[in-house]
Amino acid sequence: MAYAAGVDVGSTQTKAVVVNEDGKIVGRSLIGTGANVVTAAESAFATAVEQGGLSDEEVEFVVGTGYGRYRVTFGDTQITEIVCHARGAAEMFPGTRTVLDMGGQDTKAIRIREGGDVIDFCMNDKCAAGTGRFLQSAAAALGMELGDLGPKALEGKRPVDISTTCTVFAESEVLSWLARDKRIEDILLGVHRSIGSRSFALLRRVGIEDEITFTGGVTRNEAMVEVMNEVLDTEMNVSEESHYMGALGAALFALERIQQGRLPQAVGEVAR
Amino acid sequence: MTQATTGHDIVGRGAREGGVLFREWFDDLTGASERDEKAAYVFVMGSLVELLRVFDLHTVFPEINSLQTAVRRVSDEYLSLAEDDGFSPDVCGYVKADYGLQLRKGDHPMGTIPPPAVSVFTNACNTYLKWGEIWERMYDSPTIALDVPGTRHARGDTSIEGAGFERDCRYVRHQLEEMIPVLEQVSGKAFDIDRLREVLGLTNRMGRAWRRVLELNRERPAVFDAMMDGTIFLGVANALRGTPQGADYFEDLVEEMETKARLGIGSSVKGEEQHRLIFVGVPCYPIFRRFYQLFTEWGGAFVSSTYTWFASGGLNLDFEYDLDRPIESLAEGLLLSVRQAVDAMLFHDRALIAAIDEFGADGVVYHPVKSCRTVSTGLADSRRSVLEQRDVLCLYIESDMMDQRVVSEAQLKNRIDAFFEGLESRKIRLGSPALVT
Repeated sequence: MAYAAGVDVGSTQTKAVVVNEDGKIVGRSLIGTGANVVTAAESAFATAVEQGGLSDEEVEFVVGTGYGRYRVTFGDTQITEIVCHARGAAEMFPGTRTVLDMGGQDTKAIRIREGGDVIDFCMNDKCAAGTGRFLQSAAAALGMELGDLGPKALEGKRPVDISTTCTVFAESEVLSWLARDKRIEDILLGVHRSIGSRSFALLRRVGIEDEITFTGGVTRNEAMVEVMNEVLDTEMNVSEESHYMGALGAALFALERIQQGRLPQAVGEVAR
Repeated sequence: MTQATTGHDIVGRGAREGGVLFREWFDDLTGASERDEKAAYVFVMGSLVELLRVFDLHTVFPEINSLQTAVRRVSDEYLSLAEDDGFSPDVCGYVKADYGLQLRKGDHPMGTIPPPAVSVFTNACNTYLKWGEIWERMYDSPTIALDVPGTRHARGDTSIEGAGFERDCRYVRHQLEEMIPVLEQVSGKAFDIDRLREVLGLTNRMGRAWRRVLELNRERPAVFDAMMDGTIFLGVANALRGTPQGADYFEDLVEEMETKARLGIGSSVKGEEQHRLIFVGVPCYPIFRRFYQLFTEWGGAFVSSTYTWFASGGLNLDFEYDLDRPIESLAEGLLLSVRQAVDAMLFHDRALIAAIDEFGADGVVYHPVKSCRTVSTGLADSRRSVLEQRDVLCLYIESDMMDQRVVSEAQLKNRIDAFFEGLESRKIRLGSPALVT
């Protein structure tokens, strides 16, 4: 039995997925990236391998992805997370034509063909407003845990307008609404809507085509899913594995490499 | 110039000699500054350098001075001087670097730049007008602003045969005629129409060669990189248009490029040409070499660049000055070149579609810059339109041509890598031979 792995080193979290030769996930892990990117990648990989009941040697090929992909020192090659998220989403939801990936500091809109080929993509530029970081800033301002934001926001009835386009200023804007005696639920709903509107603009830049699959860490936030469905006026594909989609895509590319003897997207490794 | 040869030894001559000519040009400006000789400031879009040469004025291109500070990684020093004096970070980096240069009494990494005895510009870029006002205040030297009429509506015919061209041309010609006495006064030299004929003839030679060089990049592999080599060629084209050295340089360059085409030598320094790309905008000068490598390490070759169109002062256009009526013809050339540069914002996609077909491009790289809205406006719309009309991939990356503070290499690399991964995937889908074994 051949096994392949993908390690997605993101700005906030590192994810690892191990798949068997049928492309089924046999092990996964998620840890905070922290300051030592190399260690984070190693730990995530080791945990996923262990969860699959395997040894390192049984994993024949590893693809690194995410911002820290070049720090996956044990990896065999690297592929950007844009292409990996597209591949993962197409595997999980074959009807996917648009991917919205919302991570710790990046939000990406990706338009794909059947099978996951990327036609076009757009990302937030320079500013992390409209990404998971925006939610972290709001949580910090309100003294809340990140995981509690979604359920609380869903209780909101009259969302406030979060006008700022800057993550750094988000905290002060949230505080200013608190000072005006606005309910936390309404402030949080406003924060989610603000992110939703920025993400919608990003999606429009690549062109929105059904089905839309939502990937990345923010998919675990129910309010964000609901707000995006509302903004898009459709039901996005979201799965339990959405958070791991980049790592899954990377693992699937690794599997292709084992099975075909070559990796379609990794021509860069020859040129470099 | 090196004696013409026909073998491999000719390869690279244009880049080498371009560098020498550029250095000599800056040396000449340094000498002019030391001897207190008069210099005229002029811009690359709507360049009127031919007229200035008639009066033997040294010519200074502030945009080139500014970008050279970025290429030499000292632009931050000049930008800071301007920002200390109240310029906003959002103001054009070229303007701010030039302002810093003036505060430093012309002290530039390439030499010493003399102050303007006169400055000449058109409305090709709104910022030129405000830029000229700065010099006027600093030096009390005359500024001459030419109002060049643009296209009035979306389907306007901008050609020389188009309706209203003659009327617009007359308007420009009258402004040129008003300009001549001012230049006579500044230079202390009488206008000589035969000298203008001679200079325009030299520009005609350069233009013919320039267009041939651009055209030769239809070859596979492309004979030069339109972003990296093209920028060197552009510098010489702007600085030395209307001179024998400039005309000779480009005729030699044609010889070099034809030789490369014949021998099948491409632009890539390593590996083979894998992807044929078109570059849109101004390069990222603060990390110019690295920016270029981010593409070449994937086998990307820029076969064409809009920079070699809009910043060539009309040399790319199929137009030659009529030496029997030099003033009228100069007005025609100015009108056509400024219109082409400005209209590029309105009809951007048309020219790109034509270039994609002509050069067999696989992808288009859009590089809007924070500093210059003139060349960055409408690129998102252009991208959408190109994607709808052709099966190519488009990359949209933002940085700056001057300000290192807004250049994030990691972000650029991530997007560029994903773009090439997409190109590879597309190549396989279209049935091209596998590139990885």
